[in-house]
Amino acid sequence: MELTRTEIMPGVWLNHLRSDKFKTACLSLTLLTQLKRETAAMNALIPYVLRRGTTRLPDMEAISARLDELYGTAIEPVVRRIGEIQCLGFYASLPEGDFLPGGQNVLTDAAALMGQFLLSPATRGGLLLPQYVDSEREKMLEVIRSRINEKRGYSVLRCMEEMCCCEDYAAGRFGSEAECEAIRYQKLTKQYRNLLQTCPVEIFYCGRAGEKEVVSAMRDALMTMPRAEIDYEIGTDVRMNALEEQPRFVEEALDVTQGKLVIGFRLGECMEDPDLPSLYVFNCVFGSGTNSKLFMNVREKLQLCYYASSVMDTHKGLLLVASGIEFDKREAAQEEIFAQLEAIRRGEISDEELHAARSGVASDLRSVLDSQGDLEGFYLSQILDGSDCSPLELAELAENVTKEDVVRIANSVECDLIYFLRGEEADAEDEEDTDGEA
Amino acid sequence: MEKHEYPQLGETLYAQTLPNGLRLRVLPKPGFRTSYAAFATNYGGAHRRFTIDGQTLDTPAGVAHYLEHKMFDLPNGDNALNLLTANGADPNAFTSSGMTCYYFQSTHSFEENLRMLLHFVSTPYFTAETVQKEQGIIAQEIRMGEDNPGTALYYNLLRQLYAHHPIRDRVAGTVESIAQITHETLYACHKVFYAPSNMCLCVEGDVDPERILAIAQEELPRERAGIPSADFGEEEDLLPVSTYEKAAMPVSAPQFLIGAKLRPATAGEAALRQRLTAQLALRLLTGSSSPLYTRLYAEDILNRDYDYEVDFIAGTGTVIVGGESAQPETVLKELSAEIARVGTEGFDAERFERAKRASYGARLRGLEDFDNVCVSMAEGLFDGFCSLDAPLLLQSIRKGECEDFVRQALAPERLALSIIEPKKV
Repeated sequence: MELTRTEIMPGVWLNHLRSDKFKTACLSLTLLTQLKRETAAMNALIPYVLRRGTTRLPDMEAISARLDELYGTAIEPVVRRIGEIQCLGFYASLPEGDFLPGGQNVLTDAAALMGQFLLSPATRGGLLLPQYVDSEREKMLEVIRSRINEKRGYSVLRCMEEMCCCEDYAAGRFGSEAECEAIRYQKLTKQYRNLLQTCPVEIFYCGRAGEKEVVSAMRDALMTMPRAEIDYEIGTDVRMNALEEQPRFVEEALDVTQGKLVIGFRLGECMEDPDLPSLYVFNCVFGSGTNSKLFMNVREKLQLCYYASSVMDTHKGLLLVASGIEFDKREAAQEEIFAQLEAIRRGEISDEELHAARSGVASDLRSVLDSQGDLEGFYLSQILDGSDCSPLELAELAENVTKEDVVRIANSVECDLIYFLRGEEADAEDEEDTDGEA
Repeated sequence: MEKHEYPQLGETLYAQTLPNGLRLRVLPKPGFRTSYAAFATNYGGAHRRFTIDGQTLDTPAGVAHYLEHKMFDLPNGDNALNLLTANGADPNAFTSSGMTCYYFQSTHSFEENLRMLLHFVSTPYFTAETVQKEQGIIAQEIRMGEDNPGTALYYNLLRQLYAHHPIRDRVAGTVESIAQITHETLYACHKVFYAPSNMCLCVEGDVDPERILAIAQEELPRERAGIPSADFGEEEDLLPVSTYEKAAMPVSAPQFLIGAKLRPATAGEAALRQRLTAQLALRLLTGSSSPLYTRLYAEDILNRDYDYEVDFIAGTGTVIVGGESAQPETVLKELSAEIARVGTEGFDAERFERAKRASYGARLRGLEDFDNVCVSMAEGLFDGFCSLDAPLLLQSIRKGECEDFVRQALAPERLALSIIEPKKV
């Protein structure tokens, strides 16, 4: 599998990966723009409004009927944040003709429909329909508010928000509740037109169709796309250091039976020239997976929790350790998490640990080739990093990461903020100090 | 091994039942780097009371799940999870009400990893101490479930629907029930439920089926043990115990589930046909392209957080429809009206054909995911059908069958509504 990359229109790039392995093909279209607090919510709302109706298929019932006709082709709005780049667009999964009873090829129709969503939304007087904008705004508000429902994810988000309170990163994928509430259709239409003209666009295809066929389908689909000067000045502000000298501490209370501890770190100076394989292997040794130090010690040895694991954002340079614990075990868990990081800094990594981490990372990277969704995400992320490494090349590099590489990353990491979600029964005086929800 | 061709899906399935009773299925996937294995026992949280060799046993809630946690311990002090991970595999396990499944995927040393999987799952090793040690971890897992509104709502609904079937209780049990579990309980249940005759092994990847067969024969016990029969209590009638309940939790907006009980078809193709009919009927009635859903979405009564499913677990069949809505009662009212309308007018013929196409495409998509393929295959084997038959069998489902399903299974008196409201601060 070899990725080819072609500019099919000004600033519109088609990434083509031919593969016969799958029963469905994947086609995605992504507009790239700088994540900013003021525009994050508006930008995020756009694909959802566009997906409500087009000039030819004016409502959801008509759209769904068309998609059902195309053997359940799915075209869904997607909003992502990669570092501080907001990525918005559509992701389509379409059945390959070889496996359909009639053998028909749905690529051209699916591409055309995606083009319609992007370029020919239902409008009145040239403006996006207010009823669609209002309806999708209310639905997005519900999504933003519903973060609180799942406490594990909520606590991680809250830690990131507090940690990056002075950075646009804190805007999240969908922006803030307040920004979302303020959206009106006139302003949104203006922003939509502006994005269409200026955003770099990445198209990704993986499936049985050859490059020519995909280029032609996408050129036809995007023929009427207005393009102006493309804004390539997008990127991520990577802060190497913690905001304050001592790690900040934020505590919140909710009616929960389990406490959630999240410790936020900056990956630090290693982000000056991020060495992805080493970062992945470090994370695996420290806190990702069942052979990690956190799992083996915080869970297995001390039995403080059901989960204790770490995740990284290698674009923004963040490391977050999350754990679900009894309320009174916070200090014990925190102490152990820091102790495990210290152990890595001292070079206490056994050959088995290093080997397991390296082969785990390499295996994860190799398995990217077996999933179209993973391939799409991998290449989009690589493109934004300006890198052209394939999953296999990265896997090979991961297998050669040394103990010193891992220690170097551990020494670069710096704790910035500790977040704790606890139950409500604690005394009222403590509650006064708690930070409310942003 | 027996070879089953699925030309339309481009798949060939290899099947065999070993002399020890293990049902083995292998789906070769040339060109893929990932290989996947699921080793499952027909034993889940609901199998609490059972008879084996004329003897009946009662066990506390949560044993199947506790056993799953402790199976990874090996007699020499090693942990199978760590050994597999160290070997580059990505192993895990889950316990549902109906089954316990151990699985891994890896991109190299697959045969070695498979041997390890078969070995550790058939090697029980528990001591009073190691069993005691796990209590704290499982208690935290139970706590995590208690704070999860989705899980809470699911069990609230099951308690409204079922009067006494053990599916009402959480798979992991309660902090109190797991305190009664000892190493003796675990040994006894392992012996009964982890015999190859009560298990299946499903493998997918770029593998040689005959090699997989040889490994299964070498690693697993030879003798064929008896199969336990579970006692889920007296058969329940089809009416809910309670049609309406509300609870409160810290959530942003009301979460709701509407459910109904079904009488499951016994086994084999009839069971698969019932599943396909139910799923297609629900797609037509309330799926993302149904007039009901698109209208309620446009009226802002429903949002994207809305779905339906039909579950067949441990001798039960349950339809569940739900999501998030500020007006769950309105959703129930509208759904009931649509059920009544379909009951008299039937489904639109063109729409029926489109829904069938869409369902076919969705099943094709489901085949991309090794995990989904192997676990569905194991579930099907325990219910006597092959899940790979679904896309083709789907094409023979008639409109009238779907309409009958709606009329009978979703009759108004059979529906229950469960709501979790935002807790007032």
